[in-house]
This record gives sequence, C-alpha cells and structure tokens, in this order.
Amino acid sequence: MSEVKRVRRGIRLRLDPEEAALVRMMAEQLLALLGEPDEPDRSADPLAAALGISEHAEKPDDPVLARLFPDAYAEDAGAAREFRRYTEMGLRDGKREAAGIVLATVRSGEDVMLDKEQAQAWLRALNDVRLALGTRLDITEEWYEEVAELDRDDPRFAMYAAYDWLTMLQEQLVQALF
Amino acid sequence: MTAPAPVELDRPRSQEDQRPDLPWLAIVWNDPINLMSYVTYVFQTVFGYPKTKAEKLMLDVHHKGRAVVASGTREEMERDVEILHSYGLWATVKRDD
Repeated sequence: MSEVKRVRRGIRLRLDPEEAALVRMMAEQLLALLGEPDEPDRSADPLAAALGISEHAEKPDDPVLARLFPDAYAEDAGAAREFRRYTEMGLRDGKREAAGIVLATVRSGEDVMLDKEQAQAWLRALNDVRLALGTRLDITEEWYEEVAELDRDDPRFAMYAAYDWLTMLQEQLVQALF
Repeated sequence: MTAPAPVELDRPRSQEDQRPDLPWLAIVWNDPINLMSYVTYVFQTVFGYPKTKAEKLMLDVHHKGRAVVASGTREEMERDVEILHSYGLWATVKRDD
C-alpha cells in the first residue's frame, strides 16, 4: 500500500512495485496525450512562436484534451480562441514538465523524498491523469454506485480501479501538503 | 467535485468573493473529477486565501455548480484562469453584469 508522509524535508512517498508501475504508465500516457513540444513552424511568425503564441488555436476535438485545456470564455468563442492562442503552449509545457518530474522521481518499493515543488508537480500530474481517465470513463459523482453494478470482465473495470487508486493517492498527497 | 469517501456537508450560505469596483470575474465550475480537498488546496495556493475561505468557495462550487473566486481587471482574471487551468480546474473569465 502506498504511504505518503510529511517529514521535515518535504514529502516522503513509498509505492509498491505495481503502484509505481501504474504511476509510471499513466505519466507516460499523459505525455503521449500532450504530444511533443510544438516544432518551430517555418511559416509561423518566429517572434510569436518565441513568445509562446500559437497560430492555430481551436478547441480540441478530443474530449480529454478539451477538458485539460478548457475554453476560458463560456459565451464568447472569439475571446476563448484568443486566450487559447496565448496560453495553450505554455499550459502544455507546464503539464509536460509535471509529468516529467513524476517519471524522474517515481521509485518502486523504496522511499522517495519529494520537495514541495516536486510534490506539487505530482499533485498536478495525478490530477491531469485523473481528468483524462475520468473524462474517458464519463465519470459522474455517483460513479461508486455505477461501478458496483459493473461486470468484473468489463474492460472499463481496470480503468475504474486505476482511477480509484489514483484518487486515493492524490488525496493522501494533498492532505500531506496542507 | 468528488471525495474519496462519501462526505456529508452542510449547504453553505450564499456569498460571493468579489470586489464590486472591478468589472471582471474568474469563475470556477463544478466537475465530478476534481477532489474537494484539492480544489481547496488550489484556492489557498493560487490566491493565498485562508483555509476557511478556500473551503467556503470550494463548497459554493460543489453545491451551486460554480462560484466567483476572484475579481479584477480582465488581464488579472485571464492570468488567474490560466493558473487555474494549469491545476486542472475548470475556470472561465466573465464580465461582471
């Protein structure tokens, strides 16, 4: 079982091998979902690219990406697009960085010491993974009841189990950080 | 929002966090994935709100479906919403009307 404890130097985390493997796999999938950093496009305005302003800024079709990068204006598509142009590259980089910190610090069956910044990166990356899984599962606030009726052979069962465990780990981390 | 174990909570009184002199708002919307504890933690970390205030706002989001979490200039609210998105919260900017 995972152990998360606040100690003087930060957060001490210990994961069983199968838990560490799950965290690693999920962080890798998150990175794959976020994609590679945008290649400098020769046709793009180089100054805009250097400032993290993107040329194309449409709401993603994939519901998971649309949840990770939501519209910032609910009733103004033009303003939402403009916000996206200026922020999405930077937000993607931040999410990628957090997933990278998880992959760099996750250990199997031994104690890991996370400083506050690393622990926050874990928190954000775990949350992004849960947003991705939860959106794919179309999760509701009553999902505990729904999953109780699910057949064990249902392919979604493992996803629900992973989601549940990641929820518990994130809760332990946030409680340790308060 | 969600919690790892079912919790019973009293309905909070209606009160919004905004400065009336400033015309733009940052709004956070309820979703079934973000943890109640995490949302409270984010409000404390991003806005420097004390825990009681952060919890009250989190409960407003949870029970009413959304809450105004800050007000200010349009630029300030866009900056706040960008930071909230970096934490995975569902946040939007709106002119106060």
